[in-house]
Amino acid sequence: MLTRWAAVPPVIALAVFFAWPVTAIISRGFELDGFQEVFRDGTLARVAWFTMWQATASTALTLLAALPLTFVLARYRFRGRAFVESALVVPFVLPTVVVGAAFLALLPERWKQSVPAILIAHVFFNVAVVVRTVTPLWRQIGQRPLDAAATLGATPWHAARTITWPMLRPALISAASIVFLFCFTSFGIVQLLGGPRRRTLEVEIYRRTAQLLDLRTAAALAVVQLVALAAALVWTDRRNQQPTAAVGSLTATDTAAAARPMVLAAVLLPAVAFFSAPLVALVVRAGRWSTIFHDDARAALWLSVRTAVLAALLATLLGGLAAVAIAEGGRGRRWLNAALILPLGTSAVTIGFGFLITFDEPPFDLRGSFILVPIAHALIGMPFVVRAAVPVLQAISSRQRDAAATLGASPWRVWATIDFPRLRRSLAVGFGFAFAISLGEFGASSFLARRSGPTLPILIGQLLGRPGAVNRERAYALALMLALVTALVIVSLERLSPSESAGNQR
Amino acid sequence: MTLRIRRAGLVAATVFIAACSSSGTGESSDKTDSLTLVTHDSFYVSEGIFDAFTKETGITVTVAQGADAGTLVNQAILTAGKPEGDVLWGVDNTLLSRAVTNKLFEPYQPKGDTAKDIDASALALVPNFDATPVDRGDVCVNVDRGWFETKGIKPPAGLADLTDPTYKGLAVVQNPTTSSPGLAFLMATVAAYGDGWTDYWKKLRANDVKVVDGWTTAYQSEFTRAQGGTRPIVVSYGTSPVAEVAPDADPATATAATDVLTDSCFRQVEFAGILRGTKKVAAAKKLIDFLLSDQFQGDMPLNMFVFPIRSSVTVPPIFANTAVLPEKPLSLAPAEIDANRETWLKTWSSIML
Repeated sequence: MLTRWAAVPPVIALAVFFAWPVTAIISRGFELDGFQEVFRDGTLARVAWFTMWQATASTALTLLAALPLTFVLARYRFRGRAFVESALVVPFVLPTVVVGAAFLALLPERWKQSVPAILIAHVFFNVAVVVRTVTPLWRQIGQRPLDAAATLGATPWHAARTITWPMLRPALISAASIVFLFCFTSFGIVQLLGGPRRRTLEVEIYRRTAQLLDLRTAAALAVVQLVALAAALVWTDRRNQQPTAAVGSLTATDTAAAARPMVLAAVLLPAVAFFSAPLVALVVRAGRWSTIFHDDARAALWLSVRTAVLAALLATLLGGLAAVAIAEGGRGRRWLNAALILPLGTSAVTIGFGFLITFDEPPFDLRGSFILVPIAHALIGMPFVVRAAVPVLQAISSRQRDAAATLGASPWRVWATIDFPRLRRSLAVGFGFAFAISLGEFGASSFLARRSGPTLPILIGQLLGRPGAVNRERAYALALMLALVTALVIVSLERLSPSESAGNQR
Repeated sequence: MTLRIRRAGLVAATVFIAACSSSGTGESSDKTDSLTLVTHDSFYVSEGIFDAFTKETGITVTVAQGADAGTLVNQAILTAGKPEGDVLWGVDNTLLSRAVTNKLFEPYQPKGDTAKDIDASALALVPNFDATPVDRGDVCVNVDRGWFETKGIKPPAGLADLTDPTYKGLAVVQNPTTSSPGLAFLMATVAAYGDGWTDYWKKLRANDVKVVDGWTTAYQSEFTRAQGGTRPIVVSYGTSPVAEVAPDADPATATAATDVLTDSCFRQVEFAGILRGTKKVAAAKKLIDFLLSDQFQGDMPLNMFVFPIRSSVTVPPIFANTAVLPEKPLSLAPAEIDANRETWLKTWSSIML
């Protein structure tokens, strides 16, 4: 089967740029004593438990917050819809140190350094993952199967439960697992908003590796983290095995109906208030607007954009191939699906230190090279592409493909006329995510020594690391510029993915 | 539409190629006439500062920057013997012992005029010349003078006052397990109170001191000089007041809006060293000499907020008027720091967290 070979490039990329460096750094400190210490030390058990439950709670809250928004965006057509969808990605690029500062300014005193503060910030960052992964699929289900169900006497609730829910479930679970991993490895937000008492595994691995050089404990913790994640991923994947997509075939068109103003207002107004509050807090604190075009800022922005375009291209290419292989099915499917998402759940410091001791021999002495940063970002962006694309690919009825083949279409022609039009939007969504993630990425970038100068988030971090109102105000102004650039890019991508406009296929 | 996509693809491909080719030029470190200076994210110099060095020696300098000082040193230790660059800037006295024990550096003793007036107490930390001291400064408690004037409260005079109920709920410090000024302040209390440091922290805790993750949160969010901040006492640097001068003030007579509690200052000396394993030792020695030159030393104060390591280098007036460099700062021997750091952190955590 041709499509199975599609898995080869992503697997090679994962092996070289993820498995190898991570194995290298873990094996440096791998000792059984390390595990004994981890399991004996009550603090570390507490850290692991806290990591687990805050990630679970954050994911649940994110899903709750995202569903009404997803519903409105998928089912209704209204002015400004594309803008709302694009704007949701903005939190992704805002450096955590900036969002943290904004939340610190907004939250009441007793909520600072608390678990609710962490959860709220996680919802803020991650709602977009759910909305943007699920919306394209939901939109393509369309009204027809629901109408058919209604004709057969089903109540709307019954139709939702038996038609919409089973079709959306794979996408929801995909999105939820990404959100879970993001919260699981949350670093800045937990540090900034949770206060010094609350530590996650990520924080602990960073401390042990980067600060204490206690590679023994760090390795044990990294193994625990990876094993726990792999188990969780395979488990959700298995839960996701029940046949889901057989309910109906997807259309490639936008099936949204005219909006009901009341529903729209009830959902959108609180959402807009929630998402814009931290941005407003930034606007209030920003200043020195004339300096955003100074040389250092221009260079950083240009470097960030270059890095992000490269990372997003790599992620879309490799992720698209992986999605094709995964949708095809077969034995390796589940493993590939789980392996692809592992980089998201691995500490930036583990990957960063791994790169350092892996690519240290000429001609592959890549340390300090520009290329390592986009590669690290592409690893993080890949699962977004995969998880946006696979549900759509799986939901394409094989009957459509068979019909096309019967009519004499070559496999390429089938792919180009049936799969690709439905996939295009998902790929655009995935590209947008990968771009935004790369543009805002801080952790991995900061661990890789860069001869190319700082990216914009790093520059913002540097400015906030210096005293004085000048640096502070400039940092916030640059963060807003980062948000603006992202919104612009995502809006342009929406224009490029045409399933929005053409509604003539029904 | 297809055309547009194709064009977008073309643009993307061009960017890809451009990006790749520019990464190629970044890897020129194999040539003997170029050096890579590995350093942390707080390293700041004026644009073109290395031009004079290049003109004089024919050697170009590339700066490879990443992470904080602690991470930087640990990364260098992991790659010891197979270094990422030729010269490392940014080992401080709290990390020095670890770096030396792990044989990070090729020893070098700078000679010549620029080596004559290096701070003697800093030189004493490197008896074998493993690394060269390049700048100095202190971590000190800073106070927002205006806040206290407005409230009509006398500001604290020193370290001991921070446990006074007058200042309950007014101070913010960094978590020493995640922040380097936080760690320096913890060491300041060890140096000042000896074994009594644990009691001091218990009293600080009773006095409602706030602990945050790092310097940025403490100074840029919680400190009253930041918009919305509520704590007028913060752990920062002896040079932080330099940035708290009104922008239109005359540098020669300017005063800062903040004060420093000089008895709380803990000395930080930064070192640069030649990374063991580099093939360019001779060139690296020249770079170390340049880092000690009047030009480079004079460039540091307003960029990195540190004092020159050489006493004869003059600092800009605004720096001279507002930054603080106590004669007798608190300090601990690097070996003592290295031996006790983890115990101190554990004890601190059990008291404060």
